[in-house]
Amino acid sequence: MLQKRNSRKADLSQLIIPLAALGILLLFNLIRGIVIGDLRFFSIGIGENIYGNTVLTGNLISIIDDASALAIIAMGMTLVTAACGGQDISVGAVGAISGAIFINVLAAFGLDKISVGTILVALLAATAVTIIFTLFNGTLVAVFKIQPMIATLILFSCGRSIAYMITGSATPQLNDPLINAIGKTIPGIPIPTPIFLVVIMGLLLTLIFKLTNLRLYTQTVGINQGAARLNGINPVIIKLLSFVILGICVSLAAMIQVCRLNQLAHKTLLDAIEMDAILAVAIGGNSLGGGKFRLSGTILGAYIILMLTNTLNDMNVSADSIKAYKAIVIIIIVIAGSPGIKNKISELWKKSRSRSSKAMAGR
Amino acid sequence: MEKQAVPAKGHKASQVLEDNVVLAMRGIDKTFPGTRALNNVDFTLREGEIHALMGENGAGKSTLIKVLTGVYPKDSGHIYVKGIQGEAHIHSPQEAQNIGISTVYQEINLCPNLTVAENMFIGRTKGARVQWSINEKKADKILRNLGIPAQANQELSRCSLAVQQMVAIARAVDMNCKVLILDEPTSSLDEKEVQMLFGLMRDLKSRGVGIIFVTHFLEQVYEVSDRITVLRNGELVGEYAVENLPQVELVARMMGKDLNDLADLEEIGQKKTAGETVVYEADKLSSTESKPFHFSIREGEVNGFTGLLGSGRSESVRAIFGADRVTGGSVKVKGKPVNITKPHDAMKAGIGYLPEDRKRDGIIADLSVRENIILALQVMKGFFHPMNQKETEKFADEYIKALKIKTASQDTPVGSLSGGNQQKVILARWLLTHPDYLILDEPTRGIDVGTKLEIQKLVLKLAAEENMSITFISSEIEEMLRTCSRLIVMRDRNIVGELTGDDLNQASVMKTIAGGGQ
Repeated sequence: MLQKRNSRKADLSQLIIPLAALGILLLFNLIRGIVIGDLRFFSIGIGENIYGNTVLTGNLISIIDDASALAIIAMGMTLVTAACGGQDISVGAVGAISGAIFINVLAAFGLDKISVGTILVALLAATAVTIIFTLFNGTLVAVFKIQPMIATLILFSCGRSIAYMITGSATPQLNDPLINAIGKTIPGIPIPTPIFLVVIMGLLLTLIFKLTNLRLYTQTVGINQGAARLNGINPVIIKLLSFVILGICVSLAAMIQVCRLNQLAHKTLLDAIEMDAILAVAIGGNSLGGGKFRLSGTILGAYIILMLTNTLNDMNVSADSIKAYKAIVIIIIVIAGSPGIKNKISELWKKSRSRSSKAMAGR
Repeated sequence: MEKQAVPAKGHKASQVLEDNVVLAMRGIDKTFPGTRALNNVDFTLREGEIHALMGENGAGKSTLIKVLTGVYPKDSGHIYVKGIQGEAHIHSPQEAQNIGISTVYQEINLCPNLTVAENMFIGRTKGARVQWSINEKKADKILRNLGIPAQANQELSRCSLAVQQMVAIARAVDMNCKVLILDEPTSSLDEKEVQMLFGLMRDLKSRGVGIIFVTHFLEQVYEVSDRITVLRNGELVGEYAVENLPQVELVARMMGKDLNDLADLEEIGQKKTAGETVVYEADKLSSTESKPFHFSIREGEVNGFTGLLGSGRSESVRAIFGADRVTGGSVKVKGKPVNITKPHDAMKAGIGYLPEDRKRDGIIADLSVRENIILALQVMKGFFHPMNQKETEKFADEYIKALKIKTASQDTPVGSLSGGNQQKVILARWLLTHPDYLILDEPTRGIDVGTKLEIQKLVLKLAAEENMSITFISSEIEEMLRTCSRLIVMRDRNIVGELTGDDLNQASVMKTIAGGGQ
């Protein structure tokens, strides 16, 4: 019994910072809303979109919806970070390649003949190609032991050119109800589909963690590679596996983004998503040096980033200066989550807990 | 603080530096968080002498040298160097070099892609313009003078390791060096190269340079040294002229054992006679780190590998477990040939291995005690067969109780446990896999006495009750004598003896380690 409670406490402590950041953001918006007499930030309504579907509308829904691609990529980034102690900065560029394959396969079948089948084939083809590219990164990192950031710099710089070479400059428009069903909403279901895809990806990974030793092995390799090997784990395979999963995530995110925008813009698809993904991992309380990780923290991190952007937009911060403001807030979150400060906070947390439990016992 | 009352031995510069003394270190103290690395150590080096600095790992040799060369500041004590008025204050290797103390490290600190001359003069040229042609002539002269077979304009990487080492020495010597420190200079050289190096050392000696020679090769000490200073646990054991300290005495001093002290050891349990079945057998097994060796162990047998640090005992067991890359040989487990090239193969063959360096190779510090305990068993069950939470909790509970592991809970990160308890966690990890053959490399290092005894008792119990074959390695000979029924003695990476029965006593172990029948 005691041990159970202890373990739950330990799990929570990793989420203190992201949960606190989320809470403060919400509180800030609430106070601001009350002061200016406009609580639109929290409004959730039911409306009709341009396709005539009944959908949930409102700020919070669109924040969660907008964060979908980021959340999915960040999940893969979490695994790569945990296993390799470094990050893949080419996810945006590789995503552009993935999107290019997706749209090209669809075009090969005929853009007027889009069906569930052709979409699945396109997604599978895009995923396979994406995995080849992430495995290229993975091989440089795991086999040749190149710093992840340097290894992935290669595709970071040339990925979008490869995407351009695949599609050419004339990118077709996708105007199909099925595409909209993926990128926006499925008729009859009021919640945007990308949100479901995040949930499905999250559940899928959770299921993998349940059915295999992926979590244990990944954490072991990330914490102490040498010891992992002496216990019969092959660190190279585990690292490569993390890149395979990242490939699946990137390909799914690219499909979502292509379907949302109804087209492929190889220059801007998933632009700068790598930095936000790394940030989401960090804000989620995961060590960027590898080792222990929590997917839920990362997903929270992704939502925090989008909510922050949204809040700043709301405050009429100009688009040009928004990044500077964002940076200030992120510095605060990351410093609050740094080991030194984190230990201080969890100490205080423990103290206040023991005090309150003593007070309870006193009664 | 307690030292200031009496200036330890009341040395004054004039007193210390007798005619032929070039370096005197007196009452050197150095404390690192948690360990007293040097405790009131004296060291004296004379002109034209090769002085071996001996001691096992952690004895304080390298700390003493780093204090001398200004890498570490000393806590207290005095250093006097010939030609310096009063105390010498050395704050950096650069300052040490300026007053004539040069160091050549084990790993050669030169630039392989530069020429020999460039390596000898780089960083010492004043002004922006360097006349390399002049430097090359100078370098050639020095090389010829010292009899080093290298050309000044040759690229350093084209020289053999020994010559590179000698170039490093030439560089050091040319800086007006009075004290030359050679830290394990021979570890990567072959016999012929060693002789070349010794020739150079003798030559420098005849020119009046004082040489501090750090090595773990006993024979080499006796070949070139004039004097030996022995350190143990950060304390000075003594300074001896080579002819007054037989090799076996040196080993005894380094280990802190008195040869005549044959007091009965506390019995911790009955040793069991080994069974008939040969559980593991290696023939000409070698790895990247170990020379080919033969080895076998029977059911229920406890044996040990002994030898000084660096003698190859850990490397041998690492080869058995496939921890280093295996380069040759054949292995039989219970009579059947098996191919062990990586740890996973060994685990499947029923072998467990507790590594020497607990922190680096053993614990997964951030993971919980439970995860650390079940790790090896979980890996053996396979990637697609994770144990459920209940099962792992049960196993963890069982072994936390059985080995009396002191931890707040199963979920405590193992890194926050004390050393002894971390060791027990790793022991639990391997016991849980129920191996036929368990290798324990230094399971008792750095843990408290009580836990040491517990582990030794456990070893005997496992052999007796579960018929487990165990290889037990420890730096403390008594521990091995108490637990092992057979001791394999190693020196310079070769097995040089095997002791059983009545030969299992400290005297014969040390004699075998020292070799030469002294």
